[in-house]
Amino acid sequence: MSSPSPEIHTERRTLTGWGRTAPSAANVLRTRDIDTIARAVTEADSRGVIARGLGRSYGDPAQNAGGLVVDMTVLNEIHEIDPDSGQVDVDAGVSLDQLMRAALPYGLWVPVLPGTRQVTIGGAIANDIHGKNHHSAGSFGNHVLSMELLTADGKVRTLTPDGPEADLFWATVAGIGLTGIMLRARIQMKKVETAYFLVDSDRTANLDETLELFSSASDADYEYSACSFDSISTGAKLGRAAITRGSLAKLDELPTKFRAEPLKFDAPQLLTLPDVFPNGLGNKLSFGLISEAYYRMTKPGGRNQVQNLTQFYHVLDLLGEWNRAYGSKGFLQYQFSAPLDAHDAIRRIITKIAHSGHYSAVNVLKRMGAGNRAPLSYPHPGWMICLDFPIKNGLSRLCQELDEEVLAIGGRLYTAKDSRTSAATFHQMYPRAKEFRKIRESVDPDGVFASDMSRRLEL
Amino acid sequence: MIDAVGNPQSLLLLGGTSDIALAIAEKYAKERPLRIVLAARKTERAEQAAERLRATGSDVSIVEFDAKDTDSHPAVLEQCFAGGDIDITVVAFGLLGDAEELWQDHAKAVELAQVNYTGAVSVGVALAAQLKRQGHGKVIALSSVAGERVRRSNFMYGSTKAGFDGLYLGLGEALRSHDVRVTVVRPGHVHSKMTEGMAAAPLAQTPEQVAEIAVDGARKGKDLVWAPGKFRFVMSALRHVPRPIFRKLPI
Repeated sequence: MSSPSPEIHTERRTLTGWGRTAPSAANVLRTRDIDTIARAVTEADSRGVIARGLGRSYGDPAQNAGGLVVDMTVLNEIHEIDPDSGQVDVDAGVSLDQLMRAALPYGLWVPVLPGTRQVTIGGAIANDIHGKNHHSAGSFGNHVLSMELLTADGKVRTLTPDGPEADLFWATVAGIGLTGIMLRARIQMKKVETAYFLVDSDRTANLDETLELFSSASDADYEYSACSFDSISTGAKLGRAAITRGSLAKLDELPTKFRAEPLKFDAPQLLTLPDVFPNGLGNKLSFGLISEAYYRMTKPGGRNQVQNLTQFYHVLDLLGEWNRAYGSKGFLQYQFSAPLDAHDAIRRIITKIAHSGHYSAVNVLKRMGAGNRAPLSYPHPGWMICLDFPIKNGLSRLCQELDEEVLAIGGRLYTAKDSRTSAATFHQMYPRAKEFRKIRESVDPDGVFASDMSRRLEL
Repeated sequence: MIDAVGNPQSLLLLGGTSDIALAIAEKYAKERPLRIVLAARKTERAEQAAERLRATGSDVSIVEFDAKDTDSHPAVLEQCFAGGDIDITVVAFGLLGDAEELWQDHAKAVELAQVNYTGAVSVGVALAAQLKRQGHGKVIALSSVAGERVRRSNFMYGSTKAGFDGLYLGLGEALRSHDVRVTVVRPGHVHSKMTEGMAAAPLAQTPEQVAEIAVDGARKGKDLVWAPGKFRFVMSALRHVPRPIFRKLPI
């Protein structure tokens, strides 16, 4: 007889996603002890368990109302960095920021970076995140060599992309934590000579020019490419964009003054916003000004500009908790995809938004590359477009209308961003969700892993 | 789950034949069809109510519920939550009765108190247990302006609503840390089957108007809303009128 196991200590906490909408209460377990996590999984009640990283998903994938949430951020050891092979072995709770700071001195670069470095390895895999280099590097799951997954039976499985349990590997990639708790992963990093980008910047006058520029062959010349477009101006200026595209510089491409410290990584956080902002600051005037300023700050026809990661990529990481600027009602990000030839639909959608009375200052458009094998992975060849809207009356209706447009052209929404679509719509957008569910049922027949998102989207 | 813009997936109507409860359900279903559990006595009217809601494309089931049978309430609530989480619960059962008869008829007075207050306590406690376990959800509790300052003309009903009102405001406070929000709605006179044949009072509303205010209040996470909103000012004035004058007012 084994002695009775000690009680697992949890703390009841209110959790939301980055959008600060739809709060729910869960029992949060915070421990580095994998045996305790395994026991919590096998002893979980009917409300289930979900892992949570740094909470940067906008919606509800890392919330589990009434159930258990395992805070993975304390499981954050970097076990190995191998400069020769370029492989790293890290705990799931390691953040991309932490990994970058540790690996860059060895000339190793995180192969896929989203709009912030404040996400964990576990979250990066579970959402199969992408970045400005999707067209050249694919999504995060493409760079995972193996991972350790704690499944509902309390066992830890080692999965590889082509091994005997490849199906489970690919269901875990983009599987938003519903196949188990990822504990550790081996990632193939990218070898670099410098931490600087050589950036070309352009401005377009309208949406047609914007789409045209990305459709031209030149886009393939850059490792990284994306643009910030104007979704507030109507008429001729609609969809005009500030486009920045670049590649990581080779040492001999850098101007001499940068060569002394080519791998210097200076990414400060200037301040953390206090939680004092009222609702309604994000309106046509304020967002219009931000949009205009960003457009004007981008040099038209700028070539070979040397920029660091913060300048080129992670401007918002200068501010901690910037989501507070949206006030207590929070905000949502509407990120959708569209096939390459859907220019008319994209114009219709952006025109609808510009006339809707809902305003967004942070809008990104990018041409995406090939997708991967994961059934719930978001990226596919075509367009990626996202907008941030403060929550106010009428937004529900607008988003539902946008959903219909997106469905009609064969586009989809992204689980890391979605906080409001219906189960029916989601399943129409992801016909392979059935396949995902089957794999999930085979490894977790009782549905131990559950989240507010899995209940909302019936996954 | 209630999504980021306030749309629920499931709804429980306690007192599922109430005109206001049905109008609330229809208002939610107009945005998006939902799973609706209708808790009511098994009558022809309950079936009709279910049919009316099915017309919105929603999936409707009926659970037998008798407000007076308090012993059964924990099991009834258990059954209501058996099909999955309940995002929004509308507490809408109650009796009105004849004011003059009520205070002079012992049996009827006790029945009124049992349904409107004891029943509300019993349901409230059983419901709170479910919502606490669930870790999310919203409650719309239909109170009445009659409970704000109890008047001679309907003090039996008013006194039960005064108790109901305080109870659900209090439950709202107790459940806050479990991410459950309670919105108490205080309508004035409502044109419904409950008030059929009565003369309309000032600021009278339709069930649809009350539903509009209730749904908006719940969406915004308000603790207390009035229907119409003007009643808040009318009642806060009346609350301070000295009793000798209050007595003479034609209300």
